[in-house]
Amino acid sequence: MIHADDIKLIDKELKKFPDSQKRSAVISALRIVQTRHGWLSHEHISDVAHYLEMPEIAVMEVATFYNMFNLESKGKYQITVCTNISCMLRNSDEIVQHLEKKLGIRFGELTKDKKFSLKEGECMGACSGAPLCLINNHTMHEHLTTEKIDKLIASLK
Amino acid sequence: MVKQIDIIKPHKIFPNQDLVCLRTMVHDDPGSISTYLKVGGYEQLKKILKKKIKPEEILAELKTSGLRGRGGAGFPTAIKWSFMSRDYDGIKYLVCNSDEGEPGTFKDRDILRYNPHQLIEGMLIAAYVMGTRTGYNYIHGEIWREYEIFEKALDEARDHGFLGEDILGSDFSFDLYAFHGYGAYICGEETALIESIEGKKGQPRYKPPFPATYGIYGKPTNVNNTETFASVPWILEHGGQAFQDLGVENSGGVKLFSVSGHVEIPGNYEIRMGTPFSELLNMAGGVWNRRKLKAVIPGGPSTAVVPAALIENATMDYDGLQKIGSSLGAGSVIIMDDSTCMVTALKRLSYFFYEESCGQCTPCREGTGWVYRVIKRIVDGKGTMEDLDLLTDVSKKISGRTICALGDAAATPVLSFIKHFRPEFEYFIQHGHSMIKAK
Repeated sequence: MIHADDIKLIDKELKKFPDSQKRSAVISALRIVQTRHGWLSHEHISDVAHYLEMPEIAVMEVATFYNMFNLESKGKYQITVCTNISCMLRNSDEIVQHLEKKLGIRFGELTKDKKFSLKEGECMGACSGAPLCLINNHTMHEHLTTEKIDKLIASLK
Repeated sequence: MVKQIDIIKPHKIFPNQDLVCLRTMVHDDPGSISTYLKVGGYEQLKKILKKKIKPEEILAELKTSGLRGRGGAGFPTAIKWSFMSRDYDGIKYLVCNSDEGEPGTFKDRDILRYNPHQLIEGMLIAAYVMGTRTGYNYIHGEIWREYEIFEKALDEARDHGFLGEDILGSDFSFDLYAFHGYGAYICGEETALIESIEGKKGQPRYKPPFPATYGIYGKPTNVNNTETFASVPWILEHGGQAFQDLGVENSGGVKLFSVSGHVEIPGNYEIRMGTPFSELLNMAGGVWNRRKLKAVIPGGPSTAVVPAALIENATMDYDGLQKIGSSLGAGSVIIMDDSTCMVTALKRLSYFFYEESCGQCTPCREGTGWVYRVIKRIVDGKGTMEDLDLLTDVSKKISGRTICALGDAAATPVLSFIKHFRPEFEYFIQHGHSMIKAK
């Protein structure tokens, strides 16, 4: 079941497209559902497919193609760190090492208490703020230093 | 929705700068509609609708301006717009490509957060010229805040009667919607972007047919970059010639350059086309920590890297960068100082293209993986001299053999890094470690 509040948000997206093209809202619908649950289970995929009158496999194709979708649980806070060239030149490696040491996990892993996960990101189109990271795909933190990381982690309850 | 949006100006505006897309930035609260109205915003739209200016007149101004597509391809905008048939009275679409994912590119983000209304007005004018009633702005997945800012700007424009039915009492109607991507570099390619708007995987289409005849839902569609649309209101206000005169021959106007990497003040600098590279570097505070410039990628990784000696006397325009064997691309200037290991840098770029290949064409899907694995082998200290020829060979076999330009883009860094920095690759292979000492 898609949460009633999420249905409202999806309906708002549907208004952007012709009535016969509900499928155009699939990326938004998956994003809305993932924002609530942190990831997309088979049931979520199926719910979105049903709501948008799409074959499940077509929704699955989209969910596996766009790399901000999670097909498994990523914990309460997913931290995506960009390591692409502009961030790399401004020492994103140090940020990654600090996070890995602090959280005791590496890219692609989840902490035992299921609170944090780390993900290697591709360019986020915000390189003036390098190095940077994204929390749960929504909140960007720029000009990172190891001190800023410490404060950030402490603020994520 | 966000109510209050805190705006932090990331870098200073210089007194002699000619601002077009970022002209609101000298004011407080640059992204609001009140600021845009204060700088003469939406006046061009009002004038066009009131005087019923002919689309041909607008196209003529655009042609004089010398405006070329700012997303990287540099195709003349007036010609692209003229591909859309005005005689076709069925549904047509207008699309703005704000899907910046090319490493080092972040100019459209600043237009979205500091001057979204100029983009909206530019799209309104484009819609008027091409006779489209519906538009979408496709925004990069990772910049959620800018997506919200743009949604808010759309609400403001609707409240002021600039979007919707019978705009300002005319018979012109246009509505514009924000579309949020979710992490796919390939969607910056216009036909992949169209597939994505249709709710599919972002895999590029064969061209022809071009979007102007077969775009979203098979309808004629025009796709332009954010900066391209946002330049239009200024051009109509000041005249095409005034815009052309800001630049140089073949490169009219001003351009946003996103400067990142080893500089003191990374940020967007809107400068005249033809400005010397050294001047742009100075604006960004020079190379950081008083280090020496080693190399520059002038237009994003899909354009060739150039050593310091080549770019130091170059000018920032289409021809100026072509002369030194690279190109302007999206104006994404990545600065590398003398502590940069070019082998490691290329490894990261190759991983990017491998990760972002949509998988549709075999040369790109397989070739980018091969390239990445061979460079990784060198970085792991297991490379052989033959690997350099192998890298060149594989890259050349990707280039020109794919549906879209991602294949060519993936080959460019490999070929240019090895061409200009071959001794560094050879050293790495011979010694099993970089010739660059750790900082």
